[in-house]
Amino acid sequence: MSDVIVEVSGLRKAFGTLEVLKGIDMSVRRGEVVCIIGPSGSGKSTLLRCVNLLEEPNAGTVVVNGFEMTDPDVDIDRARRGIGMVFQAFNLFGHLSVLENLTVAQRKVLKRDRDEAERIAMRNLEKVGLAEKAGSMPAQLSGGQQQRAAIARALAMDPAVMLFDEPTSALDPELVGDVLTVMRQLAEEGMTMLVVTHEMQFAREVADKVLFMDGGVVVEEGQAAQVIGEPRHERTRSFLARVLNPVHAGE
Amino acid sequence: MAMSRRKRAQVIRGVQYAVLVLAILLVVLLADWQTIGSQFFNLEAARTQIPEVITTALVNTAVYTALGFAVGFGLGLVFALMKLSSVGPYRWIATAYIEFFRGIPALLVFIALGFGVPLAFNLKFDVYSTAAIALGLVGSAYIAETLRAGIQAVPKGQIEAARSLGMSAARTNVTVVIPQAFRIILPPLTNELILLTKDSSLIYLLGLFRDDFELAKFGREGLNATNSMTPILLAGLCYLLITVPLGHLSRYLEGRTGRKSERGLKVTA
Ligand SMILES: Nc1ncnc2c1ncn2[C@@H]1O[C@H](COP(=O)(O)OP(=O)(O)OP(=O)(O)O)[C@@H](O)[C@H]1O
Ligand SMILES: [Mg+2]
Repeated sequence: MSDVIVEVSGLRKAFGTLEVLKGIDMSVRRGEVVCIIGPSGSGKSTLLRCVNLLEEPNAGTVVVNGFEMTDPDVDIDRARRGIGMVFQAFNLFGHLSVLENLTVAQRKVLKRDRDEAERIAMRNLEKVGLAEKAGSMPAQLSGGQQQRAAIARALAMDPAVMLFDEPTSALDPELVGDVLTVMRQLAEEGMTMLVVTHEMQFAREVADKVLFMDGGVVVEEGQAAQVIGEPRHERTRSFLARVLNPVHAGE
Repeated sequence: MAMSRRKRAQVIRGVQYAVLVLAILLVVLLADWQTIGSQFFNLEAARTQIPEVITTALVNTAVYTALGFAVGFGLGLVFALMKLSSVGPYRWIATAYIEFFRGIPALLVFIALGFGVPLAFNLKFDVYSTAAIALGLVGSAYIAETLRAGIQAVPKGQIEAARSLGMSAARTNVTVVIPQAFRIILPPLTNELILLTKDSSLIYLLGLFRDDFELAKFGREGLNATNSMTPILLAGLCYLLITVPLGHLSRYLEGRTGRKSERGLKVTA
């Protein structure tokens, strides 16, 4: 069982009267890359945010890395240490340098000393190609650089699983590639990843499994080539048609 | 009306200068320079004010203001946190408090505290306590709103990022929210300090002994004693001695937050 890093069952979430997740079951195994695709408003972000309990589910259980996140008595801060999260809007700490962004949680949460924290931070900055930006402030970086720094910040905590919520959606097209390259490399190294994305090419090439969500349920799931290449459901087909051929989407 | 843009700008600038010159001329012609010289720049009268206008009055103004600001900040923080609380009654109490003290003149607060409360509770405050409490109450409503706005101005994503890294709520506040809120609130807080400096003049209502005089009261006593406007001018200059540097500090702090990114850019790029 320890092979399953994320286990979601019967997950329900409503905001007021708006039911956003209507019973989700899914799992991510160690070393697996799972991509979640689906139209806007289908509940993808909410699902991801329920995994590390940024949103509190109304029903169902979420178990991550051995922690039952939905247990009211769980040590949530300890559980979250093992779950890296990358946001669409980067969310680097604006008042701290890039290096400090990577060391602050290592030092305050993991209690690593300054030298060790900085060593680990630099190793991760090198990994995402930003070693020379260690002293910069986030506002001085391009969006792509900020997102790579945010990935490095999460990695510095040695998480068991990484959650990505549309990490490239806020980026100019020419900056998307750098971020996807980093994510690809992570996947190759065997990182367990749960990725909400609109990058179908990435999902097709990197994902072990793809989930298509619509209206708060998982409509279809399976191997990437199957879900994206030969979708079984009509809703998946029409969604993919719109995404893969955006000229006709009128967006 | 075929005027070029440059031509029109020239005309507009010319008119502005003409109005300015006219206004200055009017003041110069209408003013009674003889009296102004003897009234406002009377060295004899000025000499009677020195050094107490600094050693007593300026110091007292600064002390009253500092005490009031300290109390106001403490109260303001409490009410700001209450207003942000998830407990309804806390929010209502804080809202009522803030609206009340923001809405009534400082003058009334001083009268209530100087005369009403001693009557009602059979208490007698000394000057420092009254100044601290009255100015504190007056300032706290604005300070509470400033603090609340500053805390709320920190983007939610910053908090979520901190929590997702395993920081506790308290750790997140200390490490992420407060440092960023601090930068936002420093300029308005400095402005509030300037307002309190001026409001501290209301303490004269309590009936002060000479050692407790602050600048405005000291200046007026000087006016009565010397029959000259010079003490008032002196007191005014002393206020500026406090408020102008504070204003510059406020603008400097405001600028620094904005410039931070440019400064580092030169280093790295
Ligand atoms: N905090 C909230 N309060 C109220 N409604 C919310 C909240 N967060 C999300 N919702 C609603 O829940 C629904 C699902 O939102 P969610 O962000 O999970 O969708 P999504 O699939 O991630 O969409 P997108 O592709 O646009 O990011 C939407 O209708 C959204 O308006
Ligand atoms: Mg989303």
